[in-house]
Amino acid sequence: MTSLTLAAGPARRRRTAWVPTLVLVLGALYCLIPVVWVVMAATKSRAELFSTFTLAPGTGFLDNVHDLSRYRDGIYWQWMANSALYAGVGALLSTMVSAAGGYALGRFAFRGREFVFKLMLAGVLVPGIILSVPQYLMLSKMGLADTYWSMLLPSILSPYGVYLMRIYANAAVPGELLEAARMDGAGEWRIFSRIAVPMMVPGLITVFLFQFVGIWNNFLLPYVMLADDTKFPLTLGLYTLLAQGASQPALYTLVITGCLLAILPLIGLFLVIQRFWSLDLLSGSIKA
Amino acid sequence: MTTTPLEGSVRTSDGPSAGGTTEAARSPRTRGVRRGGRFAPYWFLLPTLALFAAFTAVPLGYSVWISLHKVEVQGAGLGSHAREEVWSGLGNYTAVFSDSLFGTSVVRALGYGVIVIPTMLGLALLFALMLDTPKVRSGPFARLAIFLPYAVPGILAAVMWGFLYVPDVSPFYFVLDKLDLPEPNLFDGTNLYLSLANIAVWGGTGFNMIVIYTALRAIPQEIYEAARIDGASDLKIALRIKIPIVAPSLVLTFFFSVIATLQVFTEPKALQAIENGIPKDWSPLLTIYNSAFGRADIYGASATAVVLAAATFLLSFTLLRISNRFTREDQA
Repeated sequence: MTSLTLAAGPARRRRTAWVPTLVLVLGALYCLIPVVWVVMAATKSRAELFSTFTLAPGTGFLDNVHDLSRYRDGIYWQWMANSALYAGVGALLSTMVSAAGGYALGRFAFRGREFVFKLMLAGVLVPGIILSVPQYLMLSKMGLADTYWSMLLPSILSPYGVYLMRIYANAAVPGELLEAARMDGAGEWRIFSRIAVPMMVPGLITVFLFQFVGIWNNFLLPYVMLADDTKFPLTLGLYTLLAQGASQPALYTLVITGCLLAILPLIGLFLVIQRFWSLDLLSGSIKA
Repeated sequence: MTTTPLEGSVRTSDGPSAGGTTEAARSPRTRGVRRGGRFAPYWFLLPTLALFAAFTAVPLGYSVWISLHKVEVQGAGLGSHAREEVWSGLGNYTAVFSDSLFGTSVVRALGYGVIVIPTMLGLALLFALMLDTPKVRSGPFARLAIFLPYAVPGILAAVMWGFLYVPDVSPFYFVLDKLDLPEPNLFDGTNLYLSLANIAVWGGTGFNMIVIYTALRAIPQEIYEAARIDGASDLKIALRIKIPIVAPSLVLTFFFSVIATLQVFTEPKALQAIENGIPKDWSPLLTIYNSAFGRADIYGASATAVVLAAATFLLSFTLLRISNRFTREDQA
């Protein structure tokens, strides 16, 4: 399996390695600058935003949240709910499809297996917009453009997810176990759902999280597909708010507050799963 | 972990040799096991293949088909009437190659990539090696902080940095102002490359760092012990042992970075919303988007998209060829 050598950590000695520590702290500061800035800027009132020192806290955070919630009858929270819907449902379906596909590619020998696998690899490489434009044209012919479907359907297939699940099924589900279950007379679907899926749980969570973050962060697809702003996800909603801000600078405080509130859920999710994410998950994806 | 409930079932069947009799004796189903098994993989692959056909293969084919056509009636929008599609052959393609907007945008993306990729992967490798150094302090905190940008959507990262580039609200300009130093325009000419590259480096370093770091942690510690006994310093171990071992991970991250570079779209789009002066067709994807939806020329846009896709494939397969010399992880 994809076990790690984490238990055997680096041998601790007494002296601190100052140069590596300094490098890491500088790197961490660089990565935190915009986050600290957005936290501070979100606390400033409109007047304070352009007048006070940028990294000093302001007095208007609650007012900003209130204004943002009131803007166009709370459309911001609609965007948040849309993002959660697209990312949650999309990632769930994507994980199920990837699990079945990856399991088939990883645990069966059949005609066309290599071909399908190469298709998936090729699928990883196709640039988003090259698909987005024809996808838009096709969905609009079916009357599905600018609907929730136009966001959900193209997000389900994840060639990378299938690829990951293939590796994971191969590593985590012993072939002998499947043979044994077959000899006991279990059907293939039963073997998959009762035996393989439970063993693939860490890999499934990996794919779910990748897809969730990927869909939540996606900008291009909604930008191409959606016109009605009540269906926008957060990324597109905040972008349109920003674009309007060019003529109405008063909206900038709303954009900044909206940015902060938009990244908090993902940072929260990320902190909760961080330990698991950074270790088991990525190693599962890289090491076969 | 999750395997515990299953160990029992392994024991009950106890070896494949006993299978012949137990199968007949225990099978509660009348359906032939072997026959069901033969078609099973196709059933499991059905959703994947159906979605691949519907949302990848058919759109790609459709794109190629459109790219070989043009519309007769001039001035028509995206509406389906009042225009006629006629065969145009390679006309759109010759137009792509003589289109200076597209050419310029490709050159821009390449220049941007030349800044982003070495910086991002260099930093990722550096941080990963630092994290993997013995006696280092605040490693977990730094790892978390550097990976954090991965959770921030690209468009929001660009918005946040975009504000940091605006003199009125940026702490950098505040410092420059106090020190009486020159205040560069970060949305201008060459600086724009650096501004955009910075956003990409900020967003991507952590993820690549984790990929490389994970590969480093998989190296058995005994190798280092042996090297230390032979008198190797930490630096020497890093250069001579660690970097060669994580080379496959570096190739992988490089590969994905190149593809991401060719697809840059979100960041320039966001900066355009802050600063009007940025060219509308800054990157190849922006050119394609603008010709498809801005100028309603889906034919030219499709031809451009096909050219870009072909270039991406060509580049990817070349890189895969090279990387296959390093890695042999394909068949597990």
